Amino acid sequence: MDHDTIVGFSKSWGLFYLIAMAIGVLVYALWPSNRKRFKRAKNSILDTDDRPRS
Amino acid sequence: MISGLTVSERQSALIILTVMAFVGLAMAIAGRADLLGFHGGIVLLISTALIFAVIGHYYDPEPPKERLAEYYDDPTRVGIVLAMIWAVVGMAVGVWVAALLAWPDMTWDVGWLSFGRLRPVHTSGVIFGFGGNALIATSFHVLQRTSRARLPDQISPWFVLIGYNLFCVVAATGYLMGLTQSKEYAEPEWYADLWLVIVWVVYFLIYLRTLQRRQEPHIYVANWYYMAFILVVAVLHIVNNLAVPVSLGHAKSYSLFSGVQDAMVQWWYGHNAVAFFLTAGFLGMMYYYLPKRAGRPIFSYRLSIISFWGITFMYMWAGSHHLHYTALPQWVQTLGMTFSIILLVPSWASAGNALATLNGAWHKVRDDATLRFMMVAAVFYGLATFEGSFMAIRAVNSLSHYTDWTIGHVHGGALGWVAMITFGSFYALVPWMWKQERMYSSKLVEVHFWLALSGTIIYVFAMWNSGIIQGLMWRTYNENGTLSYSFIDSLVAMHPYYIARAFGGLLFLAGAVVCAYNIWMTIRLARAQDTVDNSKADIPVPQPAVALQAGE
Amino acid sequence: MSETHRKLERSAIGFVLAIIGVSAIGGLVEIAPLFTIKETVEAAKDMRVYTPLEVAGRNIYIREGCYACHSQMIRTLRDEVERYGPYSLAVESKYDHPMLWGSKRTGPDLARLGNKYSDAWHVAHLINPRHVVPQSVMPRYGWLMKSELRVDDAGQHLAALRAVGVPYTDEMIANGPQDAYGQANPDSDKAAGVSQRYGEATNVRVFDGEPNRLTEMDAVVAYLQVLGRLTDAAHRQTASTKE
Repeated sequence: MDHDTIVGFSKSWGLFYLIAMAIGVLVYALWPSNRKRFKRAKNSILDTDDRPRS
Repeated sequence: MISGLTVSERQSALIILTVMAFVGLAMAIAGRADLLGFHGGIVLLISTALIFAVIGHYYDPEPPKERLAEYYDDPTRVGIVLAMIWAVVGMAVGVWVAALLAWPDMTWDVGWLSFGRLRPVHTSGVIFGFGGNALIATSFHVLQRTSRARLPDQISPWFVLIGYNLFCVVAATGYLMGLTQSKEYAEPEWYADLWLVIVWVVYFLIYLRTLQRRQEPHIYVANWYYMAFILVVAVLHIVNNLAVPVSLGHAKSYSLFSGVQDAMVQWWYGHNAVAFFLTAGFLGMMYYYLPKRAGRPIFSYRLSIISFWGITFMYMWAGSHHLHYTALPQWVQTLGMTFSIILLVPSWASAGNALATLNGAWHKVRDDATLRFMMVAAVFYGLATFEGSFMAIRAVNSLSHYTDWTIGHVHGGALGWVAMITFGSFYALVPWMWKQERMYSSKLVEVHFWLALSGTIIYVFAMWNSGIIQGLMWRTYNENGTLSYSFIDSLVAMHPYYIARAFGGLLFLAGAVVCAYNIWMTIRLARAQDTVDNSKADIPVPQPAVALQAGE
Repeated sequence: MSETHRKLERSAIGFVLAIIGVSAIGGLVEIAPLFTIKETVEAAKDMRVYTPLEVAGRNIYIREGCYACHSQMIRTLRDEVERYGPYSLAVESKYDHPMLWGSKRTGPDLARLGNKYSDAWHVAHLINPRHVVPQSVMPRYGWLMKSELRVDDAGQHLAALRAVGVPYTDEMIANGPQDAYGQANPDSDKAAGVSQRYGEATNVRVFDGEPNRLTEMDAVVAYLQVLGRLTDAAHRQTASTKE
């Protein structure tokens, strides 16, 4: 593998990787069955949390 | 605090401290002809002092079993106090070095008083001493509350906290003696770096072990940010500090990298230290303490996830914008610039998310200086990230680079965002930790808020002005086509701004001193009432969620 | 219960791997190609290494934090080239472990400082900058004149530098302390070896104005006088672009 190949790979790879990752994250964040989970998570920190739950 | 440890934990503490004392002794002997020996002495001294402290309480009765039904908050309390000590020291040195640029003869021809040696004491003191201790202290608190689980044991949090502060002490004393690798924000020499790796691995394991015992199905997003902070800082630290010491008896080492590769590695580190130390970690703080203090859940949880991965992914590409127009190959510069600009999206998503959380609770922001600290922090975070993306554009950078504009930008982030979110979080956390209804004086919180805000604004405006004037003077041509100003002309023009900057910094420092006093008095109040008793639960019990809101 | 627990544990570790994976990509992609070196760093046949005295001076420059206020990187901008000299090339810092490109110019850039001023000017300036430049805000470094330079470990320093890739020979390493002394004492019998090992262009003279003493001032001035002079590549490059 010479320098030009590696540089070419570097220049293009970032773009593809960015798109793939963005899709992955969006799917995870917007996946309907995750909605309940997130809602619980964001409200749970406001619950009384004075002791560990055993 | 030592009597809170079980007998077997006291034994492990003694073993660890003895090993540390021997390492210190070995350093002192191997480095006797070098400054390394002095650091060996410091390690030996601190370890021995701690050994005696443990022995003093060795025969105390075992702590009661009921402690396991409580959270373990002693390290958080000590961490808060240490963070405030470092804040005052680090900021005071900052004001001093700012004054040196206006009145340079205050060095009095003494090595350790000169600008070059004091500057890293300021930067490391505030970033690692104040910021790092604040992150460790709050992360232990947030981790336990969001996981509904106690820390896995009582010895490793102390190891992390004390070990980390030992690193900071070795770093700061080293700078005064002239021990530095010259890598910005990674100045400590090889032995301190190795020690930090050990401390950091233990820190990471605490996180992992607690998360594995969590009683919540989902890992709350604040922990994501803390985790990213711990993990990525470890990777950055190890790679950037790869070096070969002159010998095992020398403090001095030579970086494995040189020239253009070293510059790229250094700024990959430097920029991501900003990203994962000064941004991710403090976003973790924001995502917990802001909703908690406001009594409202975060505006959009989904948005926080999307911006998390955006920040984690994109920051890593951005470091090369520190090297525009240099000998770094241009394609790397362009890549860095592009990602720096896209980075604005997840950054503003986080800042917007925080402000939207407060939407509908503005009356609380008006009345509660603590919440106002957090609100202003989110605003400055938005401003600083916008400015950062702007300055990463090559054409803008050609003007701003090497000037005070960079210093102004950094302090907009450091004072406006990092310090403000920390102060806000501390004002929320301190009463919880010392079982008080509120801080000793809410009026002093208000005073601190205005000192901090006015100090930041004066500082940033002074540096914007001086930076832009400097940048323009350097590139101004007269009608004959030659440069109009000598370098020294630009330096003379800076003088009033350097005085203004020192004044802004002084206001900010005064605010930090007020904060330290307020926290100290709150602790004294708690001591007088003897309320810090592990058999009691969190007081005041934070109110349950009152208002749900749109956005999800 | 144990089944759910295992699932939770897996998610925490998966999460850790995801963070490392996602964050590592950017750095890897940008940094790795720089090590396929030929196109990144130009070749310069005349490039020489720092002498032991210059290495010691460079270490003092690092020790005192000079890099916090002085850059050593002239950018490819017209005003910088006119103010400081030919823009910096990658090859010029290829033996710099670490590089000292800097990030701030509270004082001027130093990449082309070598031979610009006399040794006496540097000594006077370091002792009190305001004697030479009244408006300067640089600290005084008078103690450099008082401190003897430690050279007994000069060979070890060169050996460590060789371990990270600087081509020092066994002979250079063995003669480290002598060469450090000889470079600042041209009349001593140790002086001849310096130009023999490091080239005729090496500055061999009394840098601090006080013969027979080897001070930290000698080392710093020797280093400052060689800045930008390890190779002529940058000057050649500018000449050829002008043609």
